[in-house]
Amino acid sequence: MASDYIVVCVMFFIALGFVGVALFVAKLVRPRRPTNVKLTTYECGEKPWGGAWVQYNVRFYLVALAFVVFDVEAAFLFPWAVVFKKLGLFGFIEMAVFIFVILFGLVYVWRKGALKWV
Amino acid sequence: MIGSINILDILKPELICAIVRVTPTHYLYVAGIVFCIGLMGVMIRRNAIAILMSIELMLNAVNIVLIAGGRAYGPKTYDASSFVIFIIAVAAAEAIVGLALILAAYRHMKDINIDDMSIMKW
Amino acid sequence: MTGLETEEILSAIVFYLLSGVVVGSSILVITLRNIFRSALFLLLAFFATAGLFITLDAEFIAAVQVLIYVGAIGVLILFAIMLTRRIQDPVAKSTTRSFILGAFVSAAFLFFLILILGKIYLPPFPETGADTEGITKGIGRMLLTYYLLPFEVVSVLLVGALIGAVVIARKEEARGGEPPEVALERERKDREITDSKPDGNGLEQNDRKH
Repeated sequence: MASDYIVVCVMFFIALGFVGVALFVAKLVRPRRPTNVKLTTYECGEKPWGGAWVQYNVRFYLVALAFVVFDVEAAFLFPWAVVFKKLGLFGFIEMAVFIFVILFGLVYVWRKGALKWV
Repeated sequence: MIGSINILDILKPELICAIVRVTPTHYLYVAGIVFCIGLMGVMIRRNAIAILMSIELMLNAVNIVLIAGGRAYGPKTYDASSFVIFIIAVAAAEAIVGLALILAAYRHMKDINIDDMSIMKW
Repeated sequence: MTGLETEEILSAIVFYLLSGVVVGSSILVITLRNIFRSALFLLLAFFATAGLFITLDAEFIAAVQVLIYVGAIGVLILFAIMLTRRIQDPVAKSTTRSFILGAFVSAAFLFFLILILGKIYLPPFPETGADTEGITKGIGRMLLTYYLLPFEVVSVLLVGALIGAVVIARKEEARGGEPPEVALERERKDREITDSKPDGNGLEQNDRKH
């Protein structure tokens, strides 16, 4: 069964090699005459200022937090969905309780205003 | 015979077989090495986020052991896989709370160097 | 000659490749000074571990590994790194004061672990055979019947983690006070002050790099 994935593995290395070879050939062929203006970061035509290492806003983190929780929930949803027909109503109630408890957390976060983008 | 060393005399067929035929022990070695690397990261790194990352590595090593054990025990039992799903969920919860704590500590002390976090020490 | 089949050799190559990536990127995670780079290598280690899970016939676990570890936890760690600055300081020491002791203890742990692993014998993997159920179905059956209580407890754990992390990570409400509008106003003022100042390690750093 695992040997079926040999094909995927071969495909992966072909894809990797394709990118590598393409970039390498391009590096050999293309002209390279850098100037200071050419090397500046492209910011939609604006003159770039400041570094890329600015401190991010903590709200990004709060959204990422909620994302992680619901990502884990999704990971639990997949096996449930596969066996849903076999378990019937029992499985439905179980998952309803699970989702309800997590939704409670979402409602709390929402009411606290953590998702609000001030 | 001197001067013409047959490589097959050094690399015995049984040894090659033992190396090439992947058994659960191979996975245990990999997991053990990764676990120890994570342990070393926890002990030597100064940045709190790096320590958290090392803990994730250790959890990852445990997952490898569990999956390899489950596969060695038999393909039709899924206890190990269920455990791993739970471990991953707990790791996610640990990561979000741990990183939030690190952020709070950073706001408080403007740094996440654990050498300086010694207010609670005697 | 040694009785090895082509498939065995192929799976051995895959195994050694993947475990080499896992071990190598784990070492880079704990040795690189730039923590952003070590986070990226952590993602690589997780990804290669997903590959190891596939070699163990645990496709669903591999998918969950990519989904949660690489997709969610990795992104969260990268966010946290971006939120805590001072990482761009390349000369900062990255080890603790008790570096030697920690390295010694973990190396000794590794030594004894390998000593023990050399002593034990495990039988080779059994044949997969006709697996009618499949791992996703099997896990679903186990989760919703045998491990029902842990399954429900996980939801409580996740809610606890979510609420706790939000309470800890939020700035204004955690200190008690300051409605959002006031915070916004203060932040805007802060930004004006920092904008008017020339940024010390901004564009100049870019110029130096090129």
